Amino acid sequence: MTAVDDRPTTSPEIGSARRRKEDQRLITGRTKWTDNIQLPGMLHLAMVRSPFAHAKIASIDTAEASAAPNVVRVFTGHDIADIQGVNITAWPISPDQKTPDHLPVPLERVSHTGEIVAVVVARSAAAARDAAELVDVDYEELPAILDLKEAANDAVLAHPDLGTNKSAFWQLDSAAQGSGGDVGEAIEKARQDGIVIEREYRQQRLIPAFMEPRSTVVDPTGEQVVMYSATQVPHILRFCIAATTGLPESKIRVIAPDVGGGFGGKLQSTPEEFATLAVARKLGKPCKYTETRSESMISAHHGRDQWQKLTLTAEKDGTVTGLKVDLMADLGAYAAIVGGGVPVLGAWMFNAIYKFPAYQFNCTTYYTNKTWVDAYRGAGRPEATFAIERLMDELAAEVGVDPLEIREKNWIKHDEFPFTSVAGMTYDSGNYEAATARAKELFGYDELRAEQKQRRESGDPVQLGIGVSTFTEMCGLAPSRVLGSLDYGAGGWESASIRMLATGTVEVITGASAHGQGHETAWSQIVADRLGVPFENVEVLHGDTQIAPKGMDTYGSRSLVVGGEALVRAADKVIEKAKKFAAHSLEASVDDIEFSAGQFTVRGTDKGVGISDLALAAFAAHDYPEDVEPSLDADATFDPVNFSFPHGTHLCAMEVDTETGATKMRKYVCVDDIGNIINPLIVEGQVHGGLVQGIAQALWEGAEYDEQGTLVSGSFVDYTLPTAADTISFVTDHTTSPATSNSLGTKGVGEAGTIASTPAVVNAIVDAVRDRGIDDIEMPCTPERVWKAIQSAGGRQGAGVTPTQQPHFDEGTPNQDPSAGTTDGAVQ
Amino acid sequence: MTRITVTVDGASYTDEVEPRMLLVHYLREVLGKVGTVVGCDTSNCGACTVHLDGRSVKSCNMLAVQADGHEVTTIEGLSTNGELHPMQTAFHENHALQCGYCTPGMIMQAVDLLKENPNPSEEEIRVGLEGNLCRCTGYHNIVKAVAAAAGSSQRSDA
Amino acid sequence: MIPATFDYAAPTSVEEALSVLAEAGDDAKVLAGGQSLLPILRMRLNAPEKVVDLGRVEALRGVRDGGDHIAIGSMTPYSEVVGNALVQEHAGLLAKAVETVADPQIRHRGTVGGALVHADPAGDVGAPVLALDATMVVVGPGGERTVGAGEFFHDLFETAVADGELLTEIRIPKHTGWGSAYEKFVRVSHQWSIVAVAATVKAEGGTITEARVGLTNMGSTPLRATAVEQALVGKGTADLADACAAAAEGTNPPSDLNGDADYRRHLATVLTRRAVQHALGG
Repeated sequence: MTAVDDRPTTSPEIGSARRRKEDQRLITGRTKWTDNIQLPGMLHLAMVRSPFAHAKIASIDTAEASAAPNVVRVFTGHDIADIQGVNITAWPISPDQKTPDHLPVPLERVSHTGEIVAVVVARSAAAARDAAELVDVDYEELPAILDLKEAANDAVLAHPDLGTNKSAFWQLDSAAQGSGGDVGEAIEKARQDGIVIEREYRQQRLIPAFMEPRSTVVDPTGEQVVMYSATQVPHILRFCIAATTGLPESKIRVIAPDVGGGFGGKLQSTPEEFATLAVARKLGKPCKYTETRSESMISAHHGRDQWQKLTLTAEKDGTVTGLKVDLMADLGAYAAIVGGGVPVLGAWMFNAIYKFPAYQFNCTTYYTNKTWVDAYRGAGRPEATFAIERLMDELAAEVGVDPLEIREKNWIKHDEFPFTSVAGMTYDSGNYEAATARAKELFGYDELRAEQKQRRESGDPVQLGIGVSTFTEMCGLAPSRVLGSLDYGAGGWESASIRMLATGTVEVITGASAHGQGHETAWSQIVADRLGVPFENVEVLHGDTQIAPKGMDTYGSRSLVVGGEALVRAADKVIEKAKKFAAHSLEASVDDIEFSAGQFTVRGTDKGVGISDLALAAFAAHDYPEDVEPSLDADATFDPVNFSFPHGTHLCAMEVDTETGATKMRKYVCVDDIGNIINPLIVEGQVHGGLVQGIAQALWEGAEYDEQGTLVSGSFVDYTLPTAADTISFVTDHTTSPATSNSLGTKGVGEAGTIASTPAVVNAIVDAVRDRGIDDIEMPCTPERVWKAIQSAGGRQGAGVTPTQQPHFDEGTPNQDPSAGTTDGAVQ
Repeated sequence: MTRITVTVDGASYTDEVEPRMLLVHYLREVLGKVGTVVGCDTSNCGACTVHLDGRSVKSCNMLAVQADGHEVTTIEGLSTNGELHPMQTAFHENHALQCGYCTPGMIMQAVDLLKENPNPSEEEIRVGLEGNLCRCTGYHNIVKAVAAAAGSSQRSDA
Repeated sequence: MIPATFDYAAPTSVEEALSVLAEAGDDAKVLAGGQSLLPILRMRLNAPEKVVDLGRVEALRGVRDGGDHIAIGSMTPYSEVVGNALVQEHAGLLAKAVETVADPQIRHRGTVGGALVHADPAGDVGAPVLALDATMVVVGPGGERTVGAGEFFHDLFETAVADGELLTEIRIPKHTGWGSAYEKFVRVSHQWSIVAVAATVKAEGGTITEARVGLTNMGSTPLRATAVEQALVGKGTADLADACAAAAEGTNPPSDLNGDADYRRHLATVLTRRAVQHALGG
């Protein structure tokens, strides 16, 4: 009998809405943010940054700055060239990917506004800032490429030495890999006797905008160099430092203290971290760099930024037959750590929950002279989900049925799991029918449809629209073998250790690195249940490569489904080990030892001993079994065999003021299926926050550059994050289809809300004005854009749905000719 | 340098400061009150919110010299005799924080909000927090926490 | 995030402030509530040699009844203006507009006088002050003078207040019994106005007898929509649209991420109609 079978049948902790352990320090202001750290003799850094998007660094005169009061030294790239390292990409998506060197402080040329050209070190942050103004940089401006579509023409090059702006091409073809039919044939057939929906959607550039600006403190004064950094990825960061700076990995300790949010934005090895490290090593003194928000906006990586050309084909009755995706993805000036891999992560998700027989995904990545782009909450999957969920609404409009009906017609039924998708992913579990039924009920779907009709008929200036998003996603990154097959530079395992301490408390070490998620609480719940110890007695340690030496950190909704499973396995090993101690102490056979709720008992007797007593006995080591070591500790590393596939049905009602274009959220309901839930409170919080980030992409946020390559939305004045006053309270619920890929049955939830909500909102806005002939509004759907769409469609009000409003992508194909009439021929 | 005397969280401090020093930097760097944090440079985010003579202000948007002779309360001075302030408890109970970076400012503003309006509607709570950005919670549970602290009936939204 | 160095003075009287300013010359910057100045200093968009803080000049703070007008001290914070009974009764429009400024923390520190002299066309104090026919009291080395609101705003960030002068008081003729509304259009609540319209009307039996309309962010200064004001006389809730159609006439609004000039002109007409409607109690 295994420990798994012996565990308590009741789970007092798992599933309970435990209030978070983390809160006490956070609500009282006793938190360790990196910027709080003060070390003896610590010096402060200010960065001199390029005001140009693309320029040759002709010369840098540091004399005046160096002579300024309290300035220790001013470094250019040349001064740290021997040790500054490189900011690497971990995921070259093709063998021939073009990847420019990304020096933390470039020596010859800057490739985007905000790049660091010099580092001022002074005794105070103020002195450093003052002196930074005195550094005289002579730039020779070069032509800058700023527009993604123009980048494809190679007329102006982001990196002249590469000879092209194109970085790489990546394709998934269902016919080629044997997971489905030929998409070309599907399109050909649909042009004859089916439906072809062709759309081009813009995924605007976003800024993660974590609340804690990034900060790094480097202490080079001991045997090891210690780097404190506001990062999601201390382990990956240590690897990157060791791989490129010449510092042996064993001499580097990276600590992520309390980290104030990340959302993918702190999943990076940054120029700021590397420059601070180099300068601290050169000077042999502790150094701190904390960015301002404006610096963060321009230098921390951005997210999204794609053009999506999409062709969906279906039978006349709305049964989908094929999907072709052509992505252009803007990498910005450099291939970031995940880089081109971010849009590629969408490859398996455009087909979503629908049974497409044929599918092709093409992705081309390009460089531009803008801030680099990398993971932002959802990373590749929100873009894919947006595209398919928008397309399904378009298909419903074309067929003339309710958007939920067209989805139901095409989705995987609950009794068809496990289901291998046309992209080749095997979805382990799910129940789209159940989630949708519950969401409709909570939403009052039919009532809102009736109100929509009434407003439409009465010509109400405020129209109502209903948006649907029946999303799924793949998370829990990731099976190492899969990553290897994709040429990703690392594995996707996670590690955990459990140490039973002599006095009854338990130390849990996790390689996941929380930055707001609540791991300390959820991990305690899992361990408390598993080992039968009080929740309060579990201490979760993380975010320090010396304390938690092995880890792959936190992103991609992976912590629980991968790290949580590692935890379970470590706990089970502890129990197995403790059984031997118990058998020894109770003078019984190991086979007769049963374990429940922290107590080891001898089957059929009332003899027993608690796990804490065994921990003390193991510590004392006066008397223990011969075949074991005197400790109750265990390590486990879990490498998942599959991703996890959360799904859900999100319904959104938006009011559109047709006089101003202003939109207002009326109601938002989501029913997510994330498998078994460890802590419902934490799950709800993740959903709420995720929703608002996704809604913000639909309505408010966008990183915009001017023609000079200056980020116009470069502060919180112009990058319009929503406040409490702009958002509403949400209605959330769950259905439960346990995951089969981990023993807890859990699925990731960190990104679900963000992935699902964006298309629900845009679908609702388009639905509100679709009767005027509008079938798309670019994000963010600003009042101006909505109003202008209404104005330009004005004449068509009441004209009914106009199918396939956008020109077809394939020149000369039959339905380019309106008279061919294959899809009503209403090409404009 | 200018000499200032400021009462912070009940204790009086006298320091020589540069006139250009922001109040938030005085709190953090001179007094070590690092519970109050900086989240932006445009006074949009509200993470640095403290009370000046009992009213909420953004401590990044004041000079330390302007606080001379005044009384400042930070998140670190909110609990009394080891007892959490009811707003702190409400944030904990309602899971109104995740990464916690906005939390000190959010709590200080929420306390001010209830001082102005002890029984606010959901709408009034939302508008009252418009000067504080949070990126984690979607505000849902923050609004719930403030309502709970006010003792007003909680919404029944599952 | 760290301002450049400057000298600092905190006078306690208007006279002292004037002499400090006179001494410092044109490198001095007056610090009122500081809610716009501090961000400018932090971002180093401006680096004055001297900052003259009016925060300790008690005489500049508060609202008093001036008989046919109310007088608001230039250093009165927004939050005091919003809550002031005299303002609410006699200049309701100003209270409603000021209530929309930024956020509560900023309203605790920011002052109406500071906002007027800063003269950001997207600020919410200019349009109502203009619409209410306020008179500004300006003092300088040469003594005190008054400037009508219509002559106060010269251009973007430029007013009648010259270097070395101070705005001390805003006198607003009593608009007792007038209805008022401030329609502010923003994408997110903490934004500056994309466009806003300040309207206050006197009505008898639902018919407008007098109307005052001010526009926010429709040009380089706050503007008065006099054509609309005249057209509104004699109108009621049902027939406002035509009268408000000319709201954007002669304006030169900016184009930015929030909307181009055409969109702003359109917004101005819709918001004017709504503001007047709300001012009428609709």
